[in-house]
Amino acid sequence: MGKTRNILLCGVGGQGILLASELISSALVKAGFDVKQSEVHGMAQRGGSVISHIRYGEKVYSPLIELGTADFAASFELLEALRYLPYFNKVTKVIVSTQKILPSPVSTGMDTYPPDVLEQLKSRELTAFPVAAFEAAKAAGDIRAANVVITGALSVFLPVDEKIFLEVIEKRVPEKVRAVNIKAFLKGREIIKTY
Amino acid sequence: MIKLKEKILLSGNEALARGAYEAGVKVACGYPGTPSTEILENLCKYEGVYSEWSTNEKVALEVALGASFAGVRALATMKHVGLNVAADPLFTSAYTGVKGGLVIITADDPEMHSSQNEQDNRNYAFAAKVPMLEPSDPSEAKEFLKIAYDISEEFDTPVLLRTTTRVAHVKGLTSVGEVQTSSVKPGIEKMPEKFVMLPSNAKRRRIELEKRMRLLREFAECFPENRIEWGDKKQGFITSGVSYLYVKEAFPEASVLKLGMVWPLPEKMIKAFSSKIEELYIVEELDPFIELHVKAMGIKCRGKELVPSIGELNSRIVREAITGEKGAEVFGPAPVPMRPPNLCPGCPHRGIFHAISRLGVFIAGDIGCYTLAALKPLSAMDSCVCMGASIGTAFGMEKALGKEGLGKIVAVIADSTFMHSGITGLIDVVYNKGFSTVVILDNRTTGMTGHQPNPSTGVTITGDSSAVIDLEALCRAIGVKHVYTVNPNDIEASLKVLKQEIARPEPSVIITKSPCVLLPEMKKRKDKELYLIVPEKCTGCRTCLKLGCPAIEWVSLTPEETKKLGYKEKQKGYSRINATLCYGCGQCAPLCKFKAIRVAGKEDGKNT
Repeated sequence: MGKTRNILLCGVGGQGILLASELISSALVKAGFDVKQSEVHGMAQRGGSVISHIRYGEKVYSPLIELGTADFAASFELLEALRYLPYFNKVTKVIVSTQKILPSPVSTGMDTYPPDVLEQLKSRELTAFPVAAFEAAKAAGDIRAANVVITGALSVFLPVDEKIFLEVIEKRVPEKVRAVNIKAFLKGREIIKTY
Repeated sequence: MIKLKEKILLSGNEALARGAYEAGVKVACGYPGTPSTEILENLCKYEGVYSEWSTNEKVALEVALGASFAGVRALATMKHVGLNVAADPLFTSAYTGVKGGLVIITADDPEMHSSQNEQDNRNYAFAAKVPMLEPSDPSEAKEFLKIAYDISEEFDTPVLLRTTTRVAHVKGLTSVGEVQTSSVKPGIEKMPEKFVMLPSNAKRRRIELEKRMRLLREFAECFPENRIEWGDKKQGFITSGVSYLYVKEAFPEASVLKLGMVWPLPEKMIKAFSSKIEELYIVEELDPFIELHVKAMGIKCRGKELVPSIGELNSRIVREAITGEKGAEVFGPAPVPMRPPNLCPGCPHRGIFHAISRLGVFIAGDIGCYTLAALKPLSAMDSCVCMGASIGTAFGMEKALGKEGLGKIVAVIADSTFMHSGITGLIDVVYNKGFSTVVILDNRTTGMTGHQPNPSTGVTITGDSSAVIDLEALCRAIGVKHVYTVNPNDIEASLKVLKQEIARPEPSVIITKSPCVLLPEMKKRKDKELYLIVPEKCTGCRTCLKLGCPAIEWVSLTPEETKKLGYKEKQKGYSRINATLCYGCGQCAPLCKFKAIRVAGKEDGKNT
């Protein structure tokens, strides 16, 4: 188990990042790791930029990831991957949803959405994995499962069996949407595996 | 997550709820406030615990104190600023002491993730002369709460337990235990010398209080949660709460004195520790609380001269502060558009703020989701201080300006905040002959903290139906003669009432009635009519963008594109409605003079 590893999740309030964090953290616990996960509630969630820290290992102290030390990152919205760049390093594996949600300065025409997010990541030699999560979730049956698509994509890199993840989803997600979410999760895994 | 004898992942707040249950708490009260809200939201699910959302924190602490007087274990929860409201009963409850154990959880918010200030509530423990425990993670939070009840009953004192955002909203492995019972028996027992704080009695209790603090200082010396972790003695740290974790992460080899109880401090232990350490550092978030007291003991140490007192810490900040060396930067920040939080699409508050902002008045605002109206493009709030302050500040401005102020100031407050502490402000306006116009935003819930019911909602914390406080009748009973209820989604009609009332030299209240769109029943609505913008009709005037609705998007055009689309040469772009975001509130449609915004046809509902 050894060294503490860091997973950073980021995106926009309302995208289901807290649920994704919970699924990942629970799966890591089931796999036998000590886990700390940190998030912020309240005002930040109202359509603002959100970040969740997940740290796992033999014994985790700080609940917060230090700048430059994310081992894995998943951005649930395209440009948010750039906002948290200082948390990454040259070997950070970055999963990026290609879904765009316009920040208010952009939607009101005061600012522009960066047209080259993926290129900017690549120009810094980062290993970025773009994932069309919105489309994949739509195909799975519900656009709201885009967060679980990203969870599936990220899960490929984690030292946790697929089976454990599926058990966690079964337990956590209401029965009505369970099948859709499992489909979405497996789609996310498939996207990364076929890269 | 109720499961026995197994380590489970719990947030600090979930762990505190579990801890309260295991401690045998019978009455738990609080007012929602980030980062404290989830304690009661979880605790109310446990059997045998009465939980309530109280009208405000002062009431919450008074109810908890009463429960303690009746001989049961009681809990009051609140965010840091909530303790300001509850400070009055806090200070005197230190005199009365308790019967059943009484714990007050204060959840501080360094960094102001969701708060208006970042006060350090450890100062309250010192000022009110009550012990304070400070856990560093969820597992400790649960255990410390149980210990707090034992201390409360053993020493006859209320106990403060302080968390911060990075304890309350951190998930960590926590073990669950058995339910304890208190040895105190419930019942009525008259003890006026202890419970009636007339000066004659208070003077005697004042002496008791000093005795108690002396005993607690002795207790602190052998309290197992004040512990020394010996390591390298060149560097030693005194720390508590989440800062302890940052120290362990940054300096795993160093010696650490971890304080589980931050008031009163174990002086002998601190002296013994520091005498063996070459360089002593105090690492704590916000105020130099431990540092000041350690320095007062005559001990040489360094703290806030190195460690920032603003915002929260992390292991990197601690390492850099102590070593003086900057950590390597791998990637600098990339320039990206800001993404400030925003009122949701369809939020009824947006409509009324758009209307008020057109009056050109000073808008005295208040605490809640609606404080976001202060941001561009609405820019519809000119002051926001604390819960309930809108009415008092508006009234004060009015008194300062006299007749000159008529028609120039509006107070805006929402239902939950009005119940919390707006009512007294309104009474002041009526009693002291003001002419304030007060807008009460009634969205039937406490939105910002995640939809807790309040006295005007009609249900309790557990969802049981309850009395609905009639806001209109309440305002009339206070003596406001002019009370109106408007639909905030109808901007023009609301504006008409506003114009009429701000000009009136008498107090008036305008209640906007429209439920929060995030309420489950509103999310499930099937009768929503979504809107679209007919591209050919849009002239690019940008009027609709002034609403700041996330669903309305501006599309810039190059001169070639303008020409190709057949727009006038000068048109720089057009607006469109993102169908996946539109809620169908209809606020935007009447704003468009060119009638470009209309209900999307049921067949061709998709217009992106």
